[in-house]
Amino acid sequence: MTAGAATGRVRIAIRGLRVAFGPKVVLDGLDLDLHDGESLVVIGGSGTGKSVLLKCILGLLRPDAGTIVVDGEDTTRMGSRARDALLRKFGMLFQSAALFDSLAVWENVAFPLTHVGGVARDKVRDVATRKLADVGLAPEVGLLSPAELSGGMKKRVGLARAIAAEPEIIFFDEPTTGLDPIMADVINDLIVDCTRRLGATTLSITHDMASVRKIATRIAMLHGGRIIWSGPVGAIDTSGNAYVDQFIHGRAEGPIQMAVATP
Amino acid sequence: MNPVAAIGSVFLDFLAACGRLGLFAAVSVGQMARPPYYPRLILRQVIEIGYFSLPVVGLTAIFSGMVLALQSFTGFARFEAESAIATVVVLSMTRELGPVLAGLMVAGRVGAAMAAEIGTMRVTEQIDALVTLATDPFRYLVAPRLIAGTLMLPCLVLTADIIGVFGGYMVSVHKLGFGPDTYLKNTFEHLEAMDVISGLVKAAAFGFLIALMGCYHGYHSKGGAQGVGAATTNAVVSASILILTSNYLITEAFFAR
Ligand SMILES: Nc1ncnc2c1ncn2[C@@H]1O[C@H](COP(=O)(O)OP(=O)(O)OP(=O)(O)O)[C@@H](O)[C@H]1O
Ligand SMILES: [Mg+2]
Repeated sequence: MTAGAATGRVRIAIRGLRVAFGPKVVLDGLDLDLHDGESLVVIGGSGTGKSVLLKCILGLLRPDAGTIVVDGEDTTRMGSRARDALLRKFGMLFQSAALFDSLAVWENVAFPLTHVGGVARDKVRDVATRKLADVGLAPEVGLLSPAELSGGMKKRVGLARAIAAEPEIIFFDEPTTGLDPIMADVINDLIVDCTRRLGATTLSITHDMASVRKIATRIAMLHGGRIIWSGPVGAIDTSGNAYVDQFIHGRAEGPIQMAVATP
Repeated sequence: MNPVAAIGSVFLDFLAACGRLGLFAAVSVGQMARPPYYPRLILRQVIEIGYFSLPVVGLTAIFSGMVLALQSFTGFARFEAESAIATVVVLSMTRELGPVLAGLMVAGRVGAAMAAEIGTMRVTEQIDALVTLATDPFRYLVAPRLIAGTLMLPCLVLTADIIGVFGGYMVSVHKLGFGPDTYLKNTFEHLEAMDVISGLVKAAAFGFLIALMGCYHGYHSKGGAQGVGAATTNAVVSASILILTSNYLITEAFFAR
């Protein structure tokens, strides 16, 4: 492994993480560190278990083996109260945005403010509107229901919700998939802006190389259930790793074999 | 496969499901007691269950009361016991038909809606999002529904009792030629507080079971729209079966006293 550029203390240390669904092993002894203040991007093919990795860190999935230590505490053997306290440090943008469709858009953004941030009820609405403005959405959008939004707007609302309570560690699961290139770039800028302003540590997942180059300070490549390469963003083109080269250039031929029937 | 093994594995699956359900119920009730409470969410469910079920439950009750009066007239006229009709109507409504019919109607209406809503939240990762926002889904989603279900079904059943008795009254007075005063006197003459109370206890149990089944199947649904559909069906079917089963058990418990 190439040494990472980050030097901050380790916020999240993952060791020997193993997750299997029945006979199918998705993560197989994965090791990964997330350092304070860095922006780590995990790349990897579809279905390699990137979303599963995030869900394990957040405690939404229980790993079969391995440890995940966040700020010195092992999350895999943690009570629900301690986990609640820990989750207050995290923000997460889901791949599908996962907005609450029984609530209006502004209430979605207000949710972490009232439930996590402890903002008083009468101020919440103003704060939520301000957070929406931060991601470039007009106050009228706040009155709509999530079902009335386009994909890009959902991503932006999800982003606003993820960062509303100003978490220390933020996860972005494919923030730009399904968006046009311009909107994708807008989202990338928002991510870079917001995290820089909050001084947050981020772990992002994406297939989109433009997005990787824009938001990453360090890159890790997930393949076959492990991190096979990691290094600073500048080293990505000269990694000398055949898997990484194939991925960043998007070639069908190479060491990574996609499971598709060949004629 | 060995047929004995097949039966055994079905039985083991059944036991596992019972265990999961029991655990789910225990966790839900445990979380109901703990803050934070969500009064707005409880209120929303109270309105959803109590208020919006009134038309369905009222219609069921009035026609049941009416048909009861007609049917018992046909039967009782054969041995000149027509004066018992009022008693038959009021006892059947308060002890049995009110709670069971209201329970089944609400299971179809509310239990299905709960399973669909929570199931959709599960498959679209909204429940995961809740957890990451440090909010316990049991406290936020399940507890308000259980509380509202347990409180509102007795109210609905009390309404159903009154409407059902009124239905019987209408048919007896306007169609069968009973005197209004005699009918009302007969209605209340043999009615005991226990008749109504046992019905309301049943209603509370049914309300809890309906909400529990809706939440349980929704919470554990998986696999997209099809999974939510299956969860909805399972919620209604299992709630209906549990209503009929527990109806017998509760009746027996009251009967023994
Ligand atoms: N709840 C689950 N039950 C069974 N299998 C699952 C479950 N969640 C994920 N998987 C499997 O784990 C593998 C990894 O899934 P994951 O969602 O992490 O992929 P991913 O790397 O995020 O892919 P993508 O880039 O397409 O989002 C997939 O092959 C999927 O089939
Ligand atoms: Mg994914």
